[in-house]
Amino acid sequence: MKAVYINSVGSVSAQKTFNNEDFLEEIVTYNDTTIRVIEPDYKAYITPAAARRMAKGIKMSTVSAKTAMEEAGVENIDAIIVGTGLGCIGDSEKFVSAIIDNKEQFLTPTRFIQSSHNTVSGQIALGVGCKGYNFTYVHSAISFESSLLDALMQIRNKEATNILVGGVDELVDHHVDTHRLIDHIKHKPVDSSQLLQSNSKGCVMAEGAHFFVLSGQKQSSTYGELVAITTYNTLSKSVLSEKVSQFLGQNGLTPEELDLAIFGNNGDIDFDSYYELLGKGIFKNTPQAYYKHLSGEFDTASGFGFWLAAKILKSQTVPTAVKLNQLEVSRPKTILLYNQYRGENHSLVLLRRC
Amino acid sequence: MGKGVAITGMGIISAIGEDVAENYRSLISGQIGISKISQIETVHKNEIMVGEVSLTNSELEERLGLPKNSWSRTSLLGVIAAKEAVAQAGISDINKERTGLISGTTVGGMDKSEQYFYEYFENNDAWHHINGLHAGDSTQKIARNLGLEESFATTISTACSSAANAIMLGARMIKSGQLDRVVVGGADCLSKFTINGFKTLMILSDTYNTPFDENRKGLNLGEAAAYLVLESDSLVEKEGKEVLGYVKGYGNANDAFHQTASSDYGDGAVLAMEKALKVAGLTPEAIDYVNAHGTATPNNDLSEGRAMLRIFEGKVPKFSSTKAFTGHTLATAGAVEAVYSVLALQNDTIYPNLNFKTPMKEFELVPETELRKEQLNVILSNSFGFGGNCTTLLFSKKA
Repeated sequence: MKAVYINSVGSVSAQKTFNNEDFLEEIVTYNDTTIRVIEPDYKAYITPAAARRMAKGIKMSTVSAKTAMEEAGVENIDAIIVGTGLGCIGDSEKFVSAIIDNKEQFLTPTRFIQSSHNTVSGQIALGVGCKGYNFTYVHSAISFESSLLDALMQIRNKEATNILVGGVDELVDHHVDTHRLIDHIKHKPVDSSQLLQSNSKGCVMAEGAHFFVLSGQKQSSTYGELVAITTYNTLSKSVLSEKVSQFLGQNGLTPEELDLAIFGNNGDIDFDSYYELLGKGIFKNTPQAYYKHLSGEFDTASGFGFWLAAKILKSQTVPTAVKLNQLEVSRPKTILLYNQYRGENHSLVLLRRC
Repeated sequence: MGKGVAITGMGIISAIGEDVAENYRSLISGQIGISKISQIETVHKNEIMVGEVSLTNSELEERLGLPKNSWSRTSLLGVIAAKEAVAQAGISDINKERTGLISGTTVGGMDKSEQYFYEYFENNDAWHHINGLHAGDSTQKIARNLGLEESFATTISTACSSAANAIMLGARMIKSGQLDRVVVGGADCLSKFTINGFKTLMILSDTYNTPFDENRKGLNLGEAAAYLVLESDSLVEKEGKEVLGYVKGYGNANDAFHQTASSDYGDGAVLAMEKALKVAGLTPEAIDYVNAHGTATPNNDLSEGRAMLRIFEGKVPKFSSTKAFTGHTLATAGAVEAVYSVLALQNDTIYPNLNFKTPMKEFELVPETELRKEQLNVILSNSFGFGGNCTTLLFSKKA
C-alpha cells in the first residue's frame, strides 16, 4: 500500500507554535476557563487591508497553511481539505445578533459570507489559485480526522500527490457563554498545569489552526508517516480497549509494541475516564502523553495532537510538559492518538517514523 | 475502472412531497412547492417566495414520536428522509455490515439558535438546543435514530454542494473498500439566517424562480432532506438487493474565482464535469440528460450554461433545472437532485424546467420545458456552492 507522508506542519495555537523551529521549549500556562491563541504577526502573512475584513479563523488558517506550504516547498497543491467544528462562528454570531437587534434590516453580506463553513477552504483555494478537490468537514471532534482520512484515501488511491489538510476553530463569546450554561465549559478557572486534577465538569475552551501537507512522496522535510485512521460516532467503555487493540492489530502492532500513546484528556471529570481506562489498562506499560492543557479544547484541538505527534517523530524527543506518565521512550517510532469529545466522536490515528 | 456504486434506497422530504413517491408525482404533474413563507416570522415575508416543507415542526415531531420542540428542523427532516432510504434498502440490522453515514448541511441547528439566541440567558427552557447548533449534531441524531453505532459518521459543509459531496465521498469509500454500505445525503431547513443572508446578497427572487431564463430574478430558498443508500457489489450480490441505479462518476473542483460568485465561463464547473466523466470512463456524448444546478440567479445560470457549452462542445444534451419545483434547498440540493435523477432513470422521464420563457441573450440554450418520456441511461447532475465548490455526479441505469 502506498505510504502517506506528513511533509510539513503549521500551527497557530495557545502555545508559541507558529514558528516551526520551536518545539514547546517554553510553555505558556493559563489560569482561565477559555484560552485564546498566541497571535503571530499577521502582517507578515496577510496585507492589512485584507486582514481587516477577515474572520479570525481565516487569519489563523492563512498563517498556518502558508507555514505548512512553505515548509513542504510547494506552491500549489492537488487538494485542500479542511475540518472545522463551527467554521467562522464569530461572524455567524454577529450576523445572527444583527438580524435580531436590527429586526432583519440594514444587514451587510460580509458576515454571512464568512459564516459559510467552507469559507476557510475556499479562501485558501482563492489565495493559492488551487482549482483542485476542495472539501470541508464539520463533524465536531472528528472534523479534522475526517479530513485526514479523506487525504489518506486520495493519496493511497493515487488521486493526488500533495494535499493541504487542516483543522481550524475560533473562540467566540456567545458560544462560550451558552455552552457554559450547560456545563460543557468550566465555570471556574483552572491552572493549566493542573488541568487533569480540576475535578470539575466541562473543558477549558480554546481555538487554533493546524495545517499539514500530506504527500505520497517523502522528502527531506518529512516528519513521519500517517499509517491509519478510524473514527466512531459512538463507542462504549466496554468495547473501547478491544477496538483500540483491533485497530493496532490491523496495522501490525500490539498495545505493548506501541511507543507512545497520546490522549485527548481535557480535564472534564465526566469524560476523561475513557482515557484513564486505556492508560491504566492496555497501555499501562506504554509511555503516554497529553496536550489539551497546552492547547485547550476545541473541535479541532486534535490538530494540535497531530502536530505534537509529528514533531515528536521528527525531533525524536517527547517534551517534558506533555508527559502523562513516568515511562520514557528513547526512540519513538510509533505513536497512537486517541481522542473523543463528551463520549462521542472517537478517533484513532496512527503515525510512524519513516 | 469506471464501475458504478449501487444505489439501493432513497428517501426525501421536500416542498413537493413527504416521500419519494409523492415527490415523483409532483414532478410529473407539474405540482410546484413554491409559496409565501408560512412557518418563519420574517419581515421579508411579502418580498420572497420559498420552497417550504408543508409540515410544521410539531407535526414532524409527532411523526417521529418526539416531544414538542425537541430538535432543530434540520434534524427532524433529516431523520424522516434517512429512515425512508434505509427502509427502502431493506436494511433490518444497520450494524450488521460496515455501515457509514455522511450528511451535508449548511445551517445545522441555526433555526433554534437564532430563535433562542438571547433567551438562553433568561431561562433554561431551550438549553437542549444549545449544543444542537453545530453542523455535526444533526448527523449524530440521524445516526442514533437509524441505530448506527460504533461507525463512521461525518458531516460535510461545502455550501450548496454539501450533499453532492456526501454522495461522492460515500461512493469513494465503498469503492476503496472502507465501507460496505453508506447512507449519504443532506438536510437543511429554512432559517432567518439564510433568508437574511441571501437577501443581503440580493439574489432572492420575489416571485417564482425561472432557471435559465433571460429575465430571471434570482432564487427561491427551499428546505429539504434527502438520502440515498449506497452498497458494495458484494453486499448487493449476497443479499440479492434490487438496485435502483448507480453512482457512475463524480468530480469535485474549485472555481478559485470568488467567495460567492461563479467565474464567467464556469472553470470550476467544467473541471468537475470533466473529472466525473473521467471517473466514469465516459465521453460527453454518453450523457442523456443534465439535471442542472440552475438556481435562477443571473450569475449561476450564465456560468453553468457556458460551462455546459464548453464540456459538450456546443452539443448540450437535454437539460433542465428542478429548482422551480423545490426552490434551492442549499446543502441538500445535490441529494434532492440525486433522488430525482434516479427516478428519471427508473421512469425514463425528463422533468420540465418550469417558468422558462426567453432564452438568455448570451447563448441559445433552451431547457426542456415539457415532461418528456425518453430512454435515459446516464444523467449528469451539477451542484455548485459558495467558496468556489463545484461538484458533478453521474447516475446510470447500468453499473
